[in-house]
Amino acid sequence: MIRSDAPVLLEIRDLQARVEDKAILKGVNLTVRAGEIHAVMGRNGSGKSTLSKVLAGHPAYTVTGGSVTYRGENLLDMEPERRARIGVFLGFQYPVEIPGVSNLEFLRVATNARRAEQGDEELDTFAFEDLVRERLQVVQMDPAFLDRSVNEGFSGGEKKRNEILQMALLEPLVAILDETDSGLDIDALRIVAGGVNQLASPDNATLLITHYQRLLDAITPDYVHVMAAGRILRTGGKELALELEQRGYDWVDEELAALEAAAGRQPAEVA
Amino acid sequence: MSSPQAVGDLVSQPYKYGFVTDIETEKIAKGLSEDVVRLISSKKQEPAFLLEFRLRAYRQWLQMQEPDWATLGYPPIDYQDIIYYAAPKQQAKKASLDEVDPKLLETFDKLGIPLSEQKRLSNVAVDAVFDSVSIATTYKEKLAEHGVIFCSISEAVKEHPELIERYLGTVVPSNDNYFAALNSAVFSDGSFVFIPKGVECPMELSTYFRINSGDTGQFERTLIVAEEGASVSYLEGCTAPMFDTNQLHAAVVELVVLDDASIKYSTVQNWYAGDENGVGGIYNFVTKRGQCRGDRSRISWTQVETGSSITWKYPSCVLQGADSVGEFYSVALTNNRQQADTGTKMIHVGPRTRSTIVSKGISAGRSANSYRGLVQIGPKAVGARNYSQCDSMLIGDRAAANTYPYIRSQQPQAAVEHEASTCRISEDQLFYLQSRGIGLEEAVSMMVSGFCRDVFNQLPMEFAAEADKLLALKLEGSVG
Repeated sequence: MIRSDAPVLLEIRDLQARVEDKAILKGVNLTVRAGEIHAVMGRNGSGKSTLSKVLAGHPAYTVTGGSVTYRGENLLDMEPERRARIGVFLGFQYPVEIPGVSNLEFLRVATNARRAEQGDEELDTFAFEDLVRERLQVVQMDPAFLDRSVNEGFSGGEKKRNEILQMALLEPLVAILDETDSGLDIDALRIVAGGVNQLASPDNATLLITHYQRLLDAITPDYVHVMAAGRILRTGGKELALELEQRGYDWVDEELAALEAAAGRQPAEVA
Repeated sequence: MSSPQAVGDLVSQPYKYGFVTDIETEKIAKGLSEDVVRLISSKKQEPAFLLEFRLRAYRQWLQMQEPDWATLGYPPIDYQDIIYYAAPKQQAKKASLDEVDPKLLETFDKLGIPLSEQKRLSNVAVDAVFDSVSIATTYKEKLAEHGVIFCSISEAVKEHPELIERYLGTVVPSNDNYFAALNSAVFSDGSFVFIPKGVECPMELSTYFRINSGDTGQFERTLIVAEEGASVSYLEGCTAPMFDTNQLHAAVVELVVLDDASIKYSTVQNWYAGDENGVGGIYNFVTKRGQCRGDRSRISWTQVETGSSITWKYPSCVLQGADSVGEFYSVALTNNRQQADTGTKMIHVGPRTRSTIVSKGISAGRSANSYRGLVQIGPKAVGARNYSQCDSMLIGDRAAANTYPYIRSQQPQAAVEHEASTCRISEDQLFYLQSRGIGLEEAVSMMVSGFCRDVFNQLPMEFAAEADKLLALKLEGSVG
């Protein structure tokens, strides 16, 4: 929900970043206020996933220009674990498996790290088990998943639900969900979307990175941004997503080319 | 803010045991000859049978060739360029700790092994060995009340020569291998444990080995005997200063269990491993073997090997008694340029014998870590069973892990199972944990602990937590 007086949680200004030698983000501008749901859409290679990784602090990406503030603080100076503790959450597109590390233990350590940051009492194993069983309902997951290793042997849908479960436990202020809908069947999608909606509040914000309109049927965005060639090309309401669905992304390329030409440069390659 | 840098800054803890104790040490000249063997024996005032034992071993050693079949590379060792005897200059073993040179007590304090009455751990008896000489053994009287003998080998030779003569060299004969022969000729000290019939040793026993002198070879000898129905849990810890030359540590450990007896032998090895370029560090070439002579007897080896430039050892069990059990649980960590070729031999002789092998190898840096194991089932081992599991974890993309399992069975009614797996700690896994608020150090520790859980669960409680921490410390700068 858009409220003009809601506090700004995330302010991204002219963000530029590269991975190895390749420049991916070429000046992203985005403001996210509390209570809002933003969707970022674009082709493969447009930089959507890179944006989410840079916000989370992935070591493979180097910021080459611009700034990002989170609740007024410089986010880019912070280690990934600090960003997480102060409430920035990245839901991965491909959550990695961590054999040998119990899911329950991992969730407990992560939850306690966030709680410690907020000045809350850390939970012992028993208290935490109570909490997690309650939160499991948000994603309709079986408690048996707690005893397994993190994401090991989980199906795609189960992995995504494990991401939302973490969101439910960590209660982030800015949740960036990177293609959370990819690889999900209709039922899993419904559960994941249901979870996101349940967790959304006037005090937090969600950034949904997605290809497809269908997630946005289930989670209504306040803003839709279209990314291409490392920049946000256009911002609109939820109708923009419908437009993309109908017209595809070609018109985006045309618009991009026109912009580049107007600026007197060669059209940038949409990788 | 790239990952390698972050990890590099992480635990730049230098090897904190790398100090040298400034103490007067008596050393003999370098080189090995029959005269040196006689000199060592006379310095220790040994009886004739032991001198004979040494001389025979020395002559056998002269006929033998240094083995070269392991997946290990090291420059040739000049056996004449080693000092074979070094001892701190306090005279006879002290009657009470008050008489031990305070600098020695301070050394062990610094290592976290307090020996003084007020500070020692109340449920662990410690034999402190400094440069292969036992300088103190705690709780000896209390143990003696139960009939348990726990003292240095040198002392045992004087107080209980008949036991030494009966058991020494019966599990690892001097000509068993090149390094056992060398050890049998020049061994200086180590621990002797004897648990009489029916006694469950009331305390954990441990020996802490501290090398102090450079240029010396260290040749410890340990012998543990558990008579019928007896049991004991024993832990061995080791550290050494940082020198930039390599030092040879060729120890021999022999275990004997009779009917219904059991020995649990745990090792946490943290010898100096050399620097990041592989300069210096201990060569840890050790022969450890246990004989389950009695029916229903049991020997369990648990080792956490994190140090040494080169680790070369195969703690083994010979399962003679019917229904006897051998177990081997190992975590071997190599980092930087360390090398390890380690594993076990389970020799099934008697019927219905069982063995379990759980080996976890962690390779980081540019190290090479090999598991080599033998499961041998003899013709009389009807109904024998073995289960082996060898897992390797690779950290970074320059480390190596190898597995060489050997299975030889001459008994069709026996079951041998072998499983193996390999995994990596990837940057993505670490980032995932970090993105949930877990710091890099803790993330690595969680993953390594998870991997080693099955083995750490076998360590005596006091040491399991230490082992976790030790492993985390040893993995400095290993990711990226």
